[in-house]
Amino acid sequence: MSPIIEAKGLTKHYGEVHALDGLDLTAESGRVTALLGPNGAGKTTFISAVATLLKPTAGSLHVAGIDAATHPEQVRRVIGLAGQSASVEPAMTGRENLQMVARLFGLDKRSSRRAADEVLERLGLAEAGDRLVRTYSGGMRRRLDLGASLVGRPRLLLLDEPTTGLDPRSRLELWDAIRSLVSDGTDVLLTTQYLEEADQLARDIVIVDHGKVIAAGTPDELKSHGGQDVIEVRPRASADLDATAEVLTQVAAEPPRIDLDTQRVSAPIEGGAEQLSTVVRLLDDRHIAVDDVGLRRPTLDEVFLALTGQPIDATPDPAPSADAA
Amino acid sequence: MQPENGREMTTTDPIQATGSTSDAAPERSAPIDHSVPGAGFVTTSLTTARRSILQFFRTPQLLMMGTIQGALFLFMFRYVFGGAIRSGGALSYVDFLVPGFLVTVILWSGMGAAAGVAEDSSSGVYDRLRSLPIPRVAVMVGRSLADITLVAWGMLVTGALGFLLGFRTHGRISSVLLGFVLMLIAGYAFTWVFITIGLISGNAQAAQGMSMLVVPFSFISSANVPIKSMPGWMQPFAANQPISVIINAVRSLMQGGTHVVGIGHTTAYWVVLSLVWSAGITLVFSALTTLRFSRSK
Repeated sequence: MSPIIEAKGLTKHYGEVHALDGLDLTAESGRVTALLGPNGAGKTTFISAVATLLKPTAGSLHVAGIDAATHPEQVRRVIGLAGQSASVEPAMTGRENLQMVARLFGLDKRSSRRAADEVLERLGLAEAGDRLVRTYSGGMRRRLDLGASLVGRPRLLLLDEPTTGLDPRSRLELWDAIRSLVSDGTDVLLTTQYLEEADQLARDIVIVDHGKVIAAGTPDELKSHGGQDVIEVRPRASADLDATAEVLTQVAAEPPRIDLDTQRVSAPIEGGAEQLSTVVRLLDDRHIAVDDVGLRRPTLDEVFLALTGQPIDATPDPAPSADAA
Repeated sequence: MQPENGREMTTTDPIQATGSTSDAAPERSAPIDHSVPGAGFVTTSLTTARRSILQFFRTPQLLMMGTIQGALFLFMFRYVFGGAIRSGGALSYVDFLVPGFLVTVILWSGMGAAAGVAEDSSSGVYDRLRSLPIPRVAVMVGRSLADITLVAWGMLVTGALGFLLGFRTHGRISSVLLGFVLMLIAGYAFTWVFITIGLISGNAQAAQGMSMLVVPFSFISSANVPIKSMPGWMQPFAANQPISVIINAVRSLMQGGTHVVGIGHTTAYWVVLSLVWSAGITLVFSALTTLRFSRSK
């Protein structure tokens, strides 16, 4: 299969700000590609470039084989965009919103009605279809917004942080909706700052930071790129967290991390099982009682930390805008 | 269910079309298996216009605000200031006031239009529309069609209120109708001004702020008082700015000629001048709007 998106050296400068700084990316057809990165990494700028909302300063971009610089109007026939903020009209019903976008995709009135009904059904909004969107919950609006981007059955869906700001349940519902699209053969490029989301939905993950790709691969590949296994200890008493960290410092390759929320201390470690027994012995020597100790593959979070030297910032984007980021 | 109109596109090899990418691998030219046709100019304009019109009539705050504000101002001018103002010509004050007031509806309803455009611009609505396979200009034409519909609605309400407060026309019925047509033509020209303001302001509050420009145009005009009553340094602007020109034309048409209204020239002079202003404003601001909205940044 030919790539659905192929970007080479894609660059976008806003004065001094390099939103994209020579980004190379190939997204294969027939799968979900997730663009993962912190705020300001250039994710939205990239989506906007693919959606032909902005003109890159330099580099080349092909979408479904079409040159986005010379034939943007052809690219628009292939894509469906759902931006960061729901762009459905609150003063119209869900059905009216979908029919409107379907008409704009070029469907006639009857097909638009049918397409809207189908999408409502599929996203679990059939019953709310005739209510004004104003009365919808945040999760329902997002689902409708997703629906609006796919009502014309575009080949490539562009989803910019589709679940930012949603509660966990709405997020799961939206994930299901996205998965069902993919099983239909729609290609999806989504951006997210949630590792779990990328892990759950995407077959390919592209990690971006400062407008560049810093790693790409399947979730498993990325995790093994992270290299070393991680040893993780959960002391029984939270007073022992610091002492546990000291123990890990003696054997670990890097300074250990203390997670106060989960009461766990973790550190990448070379030598795997052998070192595990050392750790257990050292903990025992210092009379630190543990609830749990184990060895595991690194998480994407740790991969990201290893690659960029900073953790992913999982706070929602304060000012989503196609111009910024 | 899938639109199949993408076929003619697949015959053109996009790689060949670009020419410049010599290193393009042959597999890139895989046929586009489905692409959507996209709506034409008329469908796009009407579909997007409908959205803005529904937005207005289904948002009670918008609907009531405009109506109440208009009624309030009309009431105050008629009864609070009216007694102190000499209308100059042979007209009673209410017959002088209402035609001018109707024209300023163009400005006041434009404030809401600018805010609406700014809102769509910042909320991602325009991002979606710009990503669709539709002529981008048609989205703006749709907006202007919606806005002129709202202007017409505002004039209808204001006209009815004016009638209740004692306003009567004295011109021929054909002239009165021509007056309304002229107001709509001028109103359409001004929708482009407010769309431009909405697009460049960035957000709804800024758009509201920039729209305060309507205050001088509305009040330093022949709408509420005869220009002769203003200080000499103010008169050149007041007499020659487009709103005054349009008001002079509409008032003369509705009330039976320039001599009744107490201004110089003929009715035809003011009508032609109004049309010239309208054409100029439409040309300049629709061009600005198109440039701003259609280009990819």
